Amino acid sequence: MSDETPKPDELFGKIDYRTPAKGWMDTPVNIRKGMYCYASNPKSVKNLGLPNARAWNPLEDDWKLPENWQQILHEGFKERLDKFRSIKIFMDICVRCGACADKCHFFIGTGDPKNMPVLRAELLRSIYRNDFTPTGKIFGRLAGARPMTLEVLKEWWYYLFQCSECRRCSVYCPYGIDTAEITIFGRELLNLIGLNIDWIATPVSNCYNTGNHLGIQPHAFKDMLNFFVEDIEEITGIHVEPQYNKKGADILFITPSGDVFADPGTYTCMGYMLLFHYLKEKYGLDVTWSTYASEGGNFGFFTSHETMKRLNAKMYNEARRLGVKWILGGECGHMWRVISQYMDTMNGPADFLETPVNPITGTRFENAASTKMVHIAEFTADLIRHGKLELDPGRNDNKIISFHDSCNPSRGMGMFDEPRYVIKNVANNFYDMPANTIREQTFCCGSGSGLNAGEDMELRMAGGLPRANAVKHVHETYGVNMLACVCAIDRAALPTSMEYWVPDVDVTGVHELVANALILPGEQDRTTDLRGEPLPGMEDADEG
Amino acid sequence: MPTVEFQGKSFNVDEDGFIDDYKNYCEEWVQYVKSQEGIDELNDEHKKVITVLREYYEKNGIAPMVRVLSKVTGFKLKHIYELFPSGPGKGACKMAGLPKPTGCV
Repeated sequence: MSDETPKPDELFGKIDYRTPAKGWMDTPVNIRKGMYCYASNPKSVKNLGLPNARAWNPLEDDWKLPENWQQILHEGFKERLDKFRSIKIFMDICVRCGACADKCHFFIGTGDPKNMPVLRAELLRSIYRNDFTPTGKIFGRLAGARPMTLEVLKEWWYYLFQCSECRRCSVYCPYGIDTAEITIFGRELLNLIGLNIDWIATPVSNCYNTGNHLGIQPHAFKDMLNFFVEDIEEITGIHVEPQYNKKGADILFITPSGDVFADPGTYTCMGYMLLFHYLKEKYGLDVTWSTYASEGGNFGFFTSHETMKRLNAKMYNEARRLGVKWILGGECGHMWRVISQYMDTMNGPADFLETPVNPITGTRFENAASTKMVHIAEFTADLIRHGKLELDPGRNDNKIISFHDSCNPSRGMGMFDEPRYVIKNVANNFYDMPANTIREQTFCCGSGSGLNAGEDMELRMAGGLPRANAVKHVHETYGVNMLACVCAIDRAALPTSMEYWVPDVDVTGVHELVANALILPGEQDRTTDLRGEPLPGMEDADEG
Repeated sequence: MPTVEFQGKSFNVDEDGFIDDYKNYCEEWVQYVKSQEGIDELNDEHKKVITVLREYYEKNGIAPMVRVLSKVTGFKLKHIYELFPSGPGKGACKMAGLPKPTGCV
């Protein structure tokens, strides 16, 4: 963390919820270090064929925009009002009741009124009224309208990249306005004139070229999994053999590349590998990894609908090429929103695949009948429910666990109970956080939707405060020392946020816990967990 | 793109001070990052980390995961932080001339 990031007490102390002296239209945007992400790298923008690739700096006056940028935005706005009826409705129906205002983690953590979801949307609505409604055209500012200026554009950019598209606000909106859709729409407009951030643009470009956000090439991908194979053998005495690009396998497995690369996701990845090995040995389950569809995440979703569609297509193309029956998805966050809410009408229906059936239990996943893609937490919960896994939950006894519902699997696909069911079966100590901070009301990690960069650390820590506060509560009340989650951005972002706000709490994926507890046929006496830490009761055992 | 001048050489760097192109790596670059990192003297352990990073990058086109770096060098993460105060990414990878990784990391 940069030395410039304020200390926790300092950051907490400066949150100011008082009404500002001036109205929001008269408060100019102040693009501040620590609160924004670097501009997109022109190489990445060019590689994707997106408009206006050039080097630019948000802190400079000149953003090197196309000469007719206002016209491009106006026409882009108009086109999307026709194309997306939802946007037209969301622009029209808000009554500014304020139910959403204090529900946003970025508002709670910063006190900046423009982080109230209603006001974030109003930044766009004011232009909508000005350009597209008679009252706005006639009454102007009296009707809440204002013309598009460079100042307004900068305000859009700053605040549309201070929203993590988590949709907590939309849960409370009496009209059901999905503010994430407004951010998605706004960012799509900004991309028309080349105003993306690099933490999104470069992963998208990598994924487009190489198959994953990190740009891991096929041989390196295999190399990384082989590294886990060695570690697994040291810990369990079992030699697992992941299959790659296997034609005719039953199931294609796709997970975020973060799980292959970054801790603690790498332990979750080892968890998947152990589970697949177990299922292959016991039940003959035939799962393949792909070095081409090697990314579950889709930062295209944070760029534009068209980019999202391009990246999503490769998963299904690969499933078709390999001739698998269906796709099993790993612990990813926004992948599941893309799958559950967009894929079917975007690249689907995936008629060439079968409605997923768990070959071990016979369970038919009707919820995935259209997308043909099952979340691994559902899959594992089903296995446990049918008594198909031999487990020793005592191996996780030194972990006092709580579960962070990742925004997209919870609000985007309605998955609340399966991860909890799995955790409770593989571990003995589980405590939920307060009801208004979990399940559909879950708080974002503070870094979702491509905001998990290093340079916006103050923003991330401010946005992570409400989640961390709830963790602090269970930490102090029940001694929780491990926060489980089912999302790779969480696994990247929450360790930093925990270290900052609740230093005694560590972060894990659910399948790391599963694999710790899983009793493998022929395993050696296990003395450590997947991280090489002593198992409960083994603290005094010699290493190795 | 900002430019830095050091010992008669000129480097293009990104916002976090990473070099723009792996090919522009040279001894002066190492010395420049050393000064930025506040490292007094480059010892064999520093050099080992840099060599491992560069060899892995040349083979794979990406920085190794931290666990691989740790295993291949034999240095625990804590020790890597002792060698490079900004850590394996912003310290060691930067000195080795690698780009910074982006995504769910």
